[in-house]
Amino acid sequence: MINLKINNIDVRVPEGATILEAANKAGLWIPTLCKHPDLGPTAACGICVVKIKGAKNMVRACASPAEEGMEVTTHDPELVRVRRTTLEMILSNHPNECLTCARNGTCELQDLAEEFSVRERLLPPIVPDISTDDSTRTIVLDPRKCIKCGRCVTVCQQKQDVWALSFLERGLETRIAPAGDIGLGDSPCIRCGQCSAHCPVGAIYEYDETARIWEALQYPKKYCVVQIAPAVRVSLGEAFGREPGENLTGQIYSALRRMGFDAVFDTNFGADVTIMEEAAEFAERIKQGNGSLPLITTCCPSWVDFMEKYHSDMMEHFSSCKSPHAIIGTLSKTYYADKMGLDPKDVFTVSIMPCTSKKYEITRSSSMFASGLQDVDVSITTREFSRMVRQDGLIIEQLNADEKPDSILGEYSGAGTIFGASGGVMEAALRTAQYQITGDENAELEFKEIRGLQGVKVMETKVGDKNIRVAVAHGLGNVETVLNEVRAALRQGQESPYHFVEVMACPGGCVGGGGQAWKVDNKIREKRIEGLYRDDRKQRIRRSYQNTSIRRLYEDFLNEPLSAKAKELLHTSYTARPQYQR
Amino acid sequence: MAKTKQQLSPIEIAAKKYARYRDPLIMVLHEIQTTRGYIPREAAFEIAKLLNVPLARIYEVITFYNYFRLKSPGKAVISVCTGTACHLKGADKLVKEFSEELDIEPGQTTDDGLFHLQSVRCVGCCGLAPVVVINEKTYGKLQPSQVPHVIAEWKEKFETETADAAS
Amino acid sequence: MPPVNIEKIKNDEIKRQNDFCCRIFVCASTGCISSQSMEVIDALEEAVKSHDLENEIEIVPTGCMGLCARGPLVRVEVAGQKPVLYETVDPMFARLVVSEHIRPALAKSVKDYAFKLPDFLKNRTVPLDIDFFAQQQKVVLANAGDIDPESIEAYIARDGYKALEKILLNMSPEQIIEQIEKSGLRGRGGGGFPVAKKWTFARQSQAEYKYVICNGDEGDPGAYMDRSILEADPHAVLEGVLIAAYATGAQEGIFYIRAEYPLAIERMKKAIRQAKRNKLLGKNILGTEFSFDCQIRLGAGAFVCGEETALIASIEGRRGTPRPRPPYPSVKGVWDMPTCLNNVETLANVPSILRNGGDWFAQWGTGSSKGTKVFALTGKVINSGLIEIPMGLSLREVVEKIGGGSSTAKEIKAVQTGGPSGGVIKREDLDLPVCYDRFQQAGSIMGSGGMIVMDQDDSMVDIASFYLGFTVDESCGKCAPCRIGGKQLLDLLEKISQGKGTKKDIESIKLLCEAMRSASLCGLGQTAPNPVVSTLTYFENEYLEKINSEVCK
Repeated sequence: MINLKINNIDVRVPEGATILEAANKAGLWIPTLCKHPDLGPTAACGICVVKIKGAKNMVRACASPAEEGMEVTTHDPELVRVRRTTLEMILSNHPNECLTCARNGTCELQDLAEEFSVRERLLPPIVPDISTDDSTRTIVLDPRKCIKCGRCVTVCQQKQDVWALSFLERGLETRIAPAGDIGLGDSPCIRCGQCSAHCPVGAIYEYDETARIWEALQYPKKYCVVQIAPAVRVSLGEAFGREPGENLTGQIYSALRRMGFDAVFDTNFGADVTIMEEAAEFAERIKQGNGSLPLITTCCPSWVDFMEKYHSDMMEHFSSCKSPHAIIGTLSKTYYADKMGLDPKDVFTVSIMPCTSKKYEITRSSSMFASGLQDVDVSITTREFSRMVRQDGLIIEQLNADEKPDSILGEYSGAGTIFGASGGVMEAALRTAQYQITGDENAELEFKEIRGLQGVKVMETKVGDKNIRVAVAHGLGNVETVLNEVRAALRQGQESPYHFVEVMACPGGCVGGGGQAWKVDNKIREKRIEGLYRDDRKQRIRRSYQNTSIRRLYEDFLNEPLSAKAKELLHTSYTARPQYQR
Repeated sequence: MAKTKQQLSPIEIAAKKYARYRDPLIMVLHEIQTTRGYIPREAAFEIAKLLNVPLARIYEVITFYNYFRLKSPGKAVISVCTGTACHLKGADKLVKEFSEELDIEPGQTTDDGLFHLQSVRCVGCCGLAPVVVINEKTYGKLQPSQVPHVIAEWKEKFETETADAAS
Repeated sequence: MPPVNIEKIKNDEIKRQNDFCCRIFVCASTGCISSQSMEVIDALEEAVKSHDLENEIEIVPTGCMGLCARGPLVRVEVAGQKPVLYETVDPMFARLVVSEHIRPALAKSVKDYAFKLPDFLKNRTVPLDIDFFAQQQKVVLANAGDIDPESIEAYIARDGYKALEKILLNMSPEQIIEQIEKSGLRGRGGGGFPVAKKWTFARQSQAEYKYVICNGDEGDPGAYMDRSILEADPHAVLEGVLIAAYATGAQEGIFYIRAEYPLAIERMKKAIRQAKRNKLLGKNILGTEFSFDCQIRLGAGAFVCGEETALIASIEGRRGTPRPRPPYPSVKGVWDMPTCLNNVETLANVPSILRNGGDWFAQWGTGSSKGTKVFALTGKVINSGLIEIPMGLSLREVVEKIGGGSSTAKEIKAVQTGGPSGGVIKREDLDLPVCYDRFQQAGSIMGSGGMIVMDQDDSMVDIASFYLGFTVDESCGKCAPCRIGGKQLLDLLEKISQGKGTKKDIESIKLLCEAMRSASLCGLGQTAPNPVVSTLTYFENEYLEKINSEVCK
């Protein structure tokens, strides 16, 4: 442990801690900008400079290690003046468009400008003239607003191992774009949106599609149905200043009805369907034996995109089941339309997701049109939805917390709701797979070993008399090791080290999705995850196959999992799409 | 079956030369630039594959370091030294003169692809200021009045080369 | 296989050299080559052949002889006679030197006989006892201009690799570092960090693999010391690296050289090959446990890569952006291994120090700045070229005695030192001794050795803009204070140069300079404001004149 003084206050921190960490521990404030809790310090912006007694130069608190006996000053007139001048420099290099910016009110640069009470501009503007890139139709890059903090590049390269974004040129010409100046849509970008989730300003944001929804809601002939993803309910409140993890399920259903949706469903139902299909797949493959294992989950479209581009050799191991919201999309225009006597052409299906990638998924291939029409018409993010709630004058406190969804595609089990957490899909699958393989109605319910924020979680459990090994990875930077272990074993004709692998592109799982409310770090992810497990424990039914609406679906419509009808409507196929070396 | 030396592409040859270097990217890029005069797009893709380096990293490096060109330069690259001694002895006037004579701005290539004009940092011949380097030839103590003559010299050189090649 | 016998090689080479009655030294550094010194060599060879004097005369291409403004330089040494230095030699003149000087001189070779040169030859000579030569003290450049840099035997004949032999066979790493400490050697690249300290840190770092890096990324415009050293005496640098490696416990060395220095790269490559062939590099050097190997890495046009951590990033195949320190390279350097990174000139001093002892080196200089320093003296000065002087000599002596004073009709106004990181020292203050600390106190820095003489016609605002423009171009762009602050500062200077400045702008300049100095991530940004601050301090009138009117003096 190290003892140091900050502003004459004694602080004790473990070896290797930075001055910034020591200050945070002591409850002292040092302004920062480029530093993000998820990422190591890049030491770029220069806002966090502090003085150390006896040192010639100011140092950056985010990157300087605390040392025994150090005496640090965080605020004095010179430090504030230097930080302020640096901030003025950054502001001069930034367009003056707060009022019309996607991050108005949530921007970290605005926060700093307010902290320093900037009222006059010291320096003339030097703003580059670069056009925005919305070639992905999911994420928009506005390089004029980029402050070169480098968070997006670090996330895309190191955390996600995608390498779509990079720093190009140097000096004042520095900008962030894909290699060779191709559009983001032609780059390795998998649309996970982690770049936008980490951007401190309005340089990267989601592609807003709320206008299409407003239009549909006002069109009398359109029968609008909507579904919300599990992760949305535990994050929406943050956009209104509430605690992460607070479960606003009822209020959201209520808000959606007031907005004018004709039917309110829940993606958790789709999650339960996914489990029915995937658990059946799993049981089949277990029977088939070695070559067909592992089974790899595919409800994450960024992960699917990543696999098709860079790991297409593993394609035969992908589950063919579509993702939960895509399933509800298909069912809304077949099963539901039938039951309600609607013309499918009049059904307008919306999904509200924590995810930017779903925008890309819904036109991915012909199987996204399994109903004969586009199954999901529009997918929007939690952030877009929060803006719709505000625009419609809805106030969370006044909404009904006990509102229920339209149960036919809305009732869900505890297994469905935990899909939003890393490890949740696996846990849900195991709850049903046990029953399907052994017939045991009271088998293990909770699998705590695969919960949590560790990059790769591995577990061995007994299903019947078989030892099942599963691996759960989140954050694509963690995936390569798991896949290589599998490849190595299969190449030598040995049994795969894992029978079942779950992969989520976003750290923490969907709760950490690229479209969730602004500001995220591990504490917030943990709270959101805990919110979902609380929801799970609250449910009377916690296994997908026990969901009554699910039973009805199969009895009335699909017959049984992996039936011909299920295969036609709820399953998809994959194509290898090799990209350049990322 | 391994390829013979003749079957290897220039990039494969370069990669092989630095096979025992750790992180040889910049050395390989230098080899390509020396043979091709710039780094063509296809070369960047090939280097990425051969060296197992993400394309993003390759472009990060090529666009950071001034030495590497992304576009084909002219047959003669006119580099006007703008180091301190040359600056004091009127390097700007030389740049202006070349620019006017060739009708291009620094950083551009003439339409006929013959001349590329650029300002460069100190080339280390300060005793001969002002200095202009054209391909491998160094011109010391160059005066703006001599510029048209120098350009004519090179144009003639190219004409003779083309004539020789044709015959 | 028995280790190489350095003493034998030395004696053989000395004998070989003494067998010639006349040796002609021709400067073959980049500067003189651009003035056709290779053609001069060809002409000399032809002339020697045509007079059948191939067995009597040796033509030796050398590194920089120093008087660069008067190149190509040729020095004729006829045995028993005073050496003669010719300036601005062209091939035709070279032939005349052979026929009208050397041939007759050889015919009358009597020991004390002073051969009289015909006037037309004499008019093109430079006396070797002028201040330009007499006032210099050659340690680093001791071999420059006197040996063929592409001959390891020539280097050994001048006691080359004797220091390596001495330390490997008779000294411990601690003893080596002790000598360096006694010498007071400080980093010659501009940082001035005590070399003994750096080597000690590197030595203390525990790791299974360590590196020595030679920083040859000299980028200051107007500076060519390191290039000249690499071209004139590459083996001295190599020997320095070997000694540093043994002292710090390194296994591999990397020479990082600017791609814009092709001749330096060639000569270094050759030196490495020769050392390998002579078993002075590679496994079990001189029959000891010490094994060491080297490779060359090229820069690619980024001045910022002269900064330690940016250089390391460049070697690792990444963008050359610095990273925060600590950890310092001596603890965590290239590929996360402990790395001892030193400048070319610093390393070139090491063999002499180990040969003669640290105290010998410390006989020159001031309290905190011991030894000698190489400078590139350019600008409005008569004797423009490469010099090496003992620290402590005053700037006035350098500029007026060695440099010969202003080369124009106008008086000297100021001397700029330290390149884009430095400042100006005005004419009245030229009695300042050449010393790290004194230069810093005066608002400039020693820097890597660029010394630009400016006369009354040179505008201070312009020189500040010039250097700042350079820094803005070369900024890596990582940190905001340098990336944006530099450009804002430059724009303000532009505004003032065009007569559109206001008093408020001077205030903004002060704030920008303060923020850049305090909050930039590396030395490039931290020292970028120096030319501005320095010229503003000493020549504020030039700025104010521009603000009050459109006239600039």
